[in-house]
Amino acid sequence: MSSAVRDPVIRVEGLSLDLASGEPVVEDVSFAVGQGEIMGLVGESGSGKTTTALALLGYTRAGIAVRGGSVQVAGNELIGRDGSALRGLRGKVMSYVPQDPGGALNPSLRVGDAILDVLRAHRSTEASEDSVRAALRRVELGADPEFGRRYPHQLSGGQQQRVTIAMACVCGPPVAVLDEPTTGLDVLTQDRILAELTRLRDEDGMTMVYVSHDLAVVAGMADRITVMYAGRVVESGPAAEVIERPRHPYTRALVAAIPDVHNPRALQGIPGVSVGVGEWPDGCAFAPRCVHAQDRCLEAVPSLDAVGPGHGVRCVRWEELVGHQPRADGGRAATDATGVEPLLGVEGLSVVYRGGRLDRPAVDDVSFAIEPGRCVALVGESGSGKTTIGRCIAGLHQPTAGVIRFDGVPLPGAARSRSLDQRRRIQIVFQNPYESLNPRRRVAEEIERPLRVLRKLGQADARREVGELLERVRLPTRVMDRFPGELSGGERQRVAIARALAPKPELLVCDEVTSALDVSVQAAVLELLTELQRELHLSMLFITHNLGVVACVADTVLVMDRGRLCESGPVARVLSDPADEYTRRLLAAAPRLPHGALS
Amino acid sequence: MSGRLRFLRSPGGAVGVAIVLFVLAVALFGPYLAPHDPTAPIGPDAAPPSSTAPLGTDELGRDVLSRLLYGGRSVIALALLATLLAYAVGMSIGLLAGYSRSKVDPVLMRSVDVMLAFPPLLFLLVLIAGAGTSTAVLIIGVAAIQAPAVSRVVRTSTLEVSVRGYVEAAVARGERPVAVIRREVLPNILAPVIVDSGLRFTYSILIIASVNYLGLGLQPPSSDWALMVSENREYINLNLWAVVAPAAMIALLTIGVNLTGDAIARSLGRSYVPRAVRTVTPS
Repeated sequence: MSSAVRDPVIRVEGLSLDLASGEPVVEDVSFAVGQGEIMGLVGESGSGKTTTALALLGYTRAGIAVRGGSVQVAGNELIGRDGSALRGLRGKVMSYVPQDPGGALNPSLRVGDAILDVLRAHRSTEASEDSVRAALRRVELGADPEFGRRYPHQLSGGQQQRVTIAMACVCGPPVAVLDEPTTGLDVLTQDRILAELTRLRDEDGMTMVYVSHDLAVVAGMADRITVMYAGRVVESGPAAEVIERPRHPYTRALVAAIPDVHNPRALQGIPGVSVGVGEWPDGCAFAPRCVHAQDRCLEAVPSLDAVGPGHGVRCVRWEELVGHQPRADGGRAATDATGVEPLLGVEGLSVVYRGGRLDRPAVDDVSFAIEPGRCVALVGESGSGKTTIGRCIAGLHQPTAGVIRFDGVPLPGAARSRSLDQRRRIQIVFQNPYESLNPRRRVAEEIERPLRVLRKLGQADARREVGELLERVRLPTRVMDRFPGELSGGERQRVAIARALAPKPELLVCDEVTSALDVSVQAAVLELLTELQRELHLSMLFITHNLGVVACVADTVLVMDRGRLCESGPVARVLSDPADEYTRRLLAAAPRLPHGALS
Repeated sequence: MSGRLRFLRSPGGAVGVAIVLFVLAVALFGPYLAPHDPTAPIGPDAAPPSSTAPLGTDELGRDVLSRLLYGGRSVIALALLATLLAYAVGMSIGLLAGYSRSKVDPVLMRSVDVMLAFPPLLFLLVLIAGAGTSTAVLIIGVAAIQAPAVSRVVRTSTLEVSVRGYVEAAVARGERPVAVIRREVLPNILAPVIVDSGLRFTYSILIIASVNYLGLGLQPPSSDWALMVSENREYINLNLWAVVAPAAMIALLTIGVNLTGDAIARSLGRSYVPRAVRTVTPS
């Protein structure tokens, strides 16, 4: 791998962007990407990575303006060009693949016509059905000659994303900017898209900038990685260097936060929350969350120092910290629970949706058990029926057939038919913390409600316990009087967990609780759940699509494929020696860090 | 200003509330300030403004100003009652249909579609032709025209909100459906309902005014803004004010209510779509 960039196709120098109010969003960002390289641009939400990526297209979102710097793409300076000049370059010189293909494709345009539009704009002589078919063939959508006549809603998420990639590549631009192209897709589809992008790069020598919040996804395909925090580049260098020998405390924390299937270890979240625009401190923006921070970190913004060939880091203490790797201890100690009476027993559970297909139930004859104090992970792609099982256990969905036993007693289907005690002992935490808290209710009232309904506490007792619960999920008691809209995603999910813990449950159903969160926040939430489980001797059903998360939190894993349980067993055994073909495919597709990282 | 009155801080909200208060004050206190009896002639027919009749007289020589001061109560009270009734019925139907997700939903919604298929004014005219004209018939008729649309807006919002985690958490706690609807669903569908209620109230005013104008609602000699427009329209070139003043009051009320509704909706919307997320650091 080349260390310094020769003949860069993309050269960004001192790029700064401001909000209309004058607050900086991106500050003095410089990087270069060589011909045929893939650069990963990594950061949490609010780090300025998307703003920087859009600047590579000569585009700024409403309310954001370029203050200074230069962006050169294939020899064209973009800053200062007018709209029509930029339009001539977009699609021809640099193209864009958006995050949400469902929202990005025009729903009333056949996908073939959408691709044809791009051709008409730049290469009108080649605008023909044949070119469209060729473009679709290159993203492996050519099997059906009529594919171009379909509408976006007739395609799967993965196919939609391939279409946007075909649109981005049809005019053969030297540069493509990809904005989280696989976020929201399941693991197998993500793996196929990543392979596709790597192939396009190898065949056409395209230069790519891949924006992501997930270092593990980027690690597998990028040649160089640029890590951004609070609008600045904090570390940048060859991918292997950055992942295996991260120099900046933030990069190290990010690496430590990634759940890895093949190297399970206790996850470490990054304390605190990411600083927003307009809240940047004077010195190093990461200092308030950094375990190595000293007073001098806050004096001035550190310079980007060269630590190796093509590897720069923005930290005043990087030399002192070399060799000071974060703790990376082994995964969970396996607990043996044979011979214990299960707390929850699911026997022959089937669910057929009304109006759905009878021949393919959402859940098909699933049986498993959860022993007290154990964490069972339920893994599968979207549509595998895993969420439906969780909802049946919580009393939100009536099973079509089968029995759910709790503490030896069969549970009625609907929550309303269950006894108060049964309702109290089973609690659920939902996937999306942005929708799981009542936006018109303060945090304290939200947590008080289950205390009053399920434990019949009085107002004063309930209020006292709210404080203890907030402490338990590591939130300051002052959030009590806040509305959910005033909290970050991670904080909201902690409130949702506190609400679920309030009635002192014995079984906690966690439905994709981290999938809407940034990787570093995910690690912090998982860390919290693991500790709570140990302290309170909770049993957990942990529903997720992320095998790395399973490796870090669960004792037993159940793998689901299209409503059926295809494999189950202890986590260590299933992940190291999967018996089922589908489990093997899931494992192979899971993004992973190179083996040297942090070991 | 905090909490519920936050909407007054926006210019639209402040202006809207000022206009509504002005029109309501005219309707409420007007009769006490009226210089003349609204039903007795005081001078020549359709005379232009003079010192005794600042807005001139109408086609029967009655004082336009006095009639204007008396004429607001009926239209506002009727429109308000009709709108409230429409909301009571429409919201119940919408919440029931949206929250139950059972067989009730299609039955209720198809009936609503049937109601919506009638041209509103025609429906009201047929009703008046059948049941005769009275305030009760007017209120029920206007409410029946409005309720289906209300139930649709409420149902759509309810469908959207009732799959959220906080609603499901309440269901899993085993709370009674009425409690879930009141505590979890209702507060979160209010924003669209309130904007909509401004429009509905405005529309009620216009329907009642239209019916009165057509002479099928309130009957002469009652003083009513819409009736005044209708009575004086032929003499508009003799005394312009007899038509323009009552029409302007109806227009002002409509505009004021709309501005207020929009401002309230915007202020409600903000608490769950924050411009900038304030953050706290876990200790």
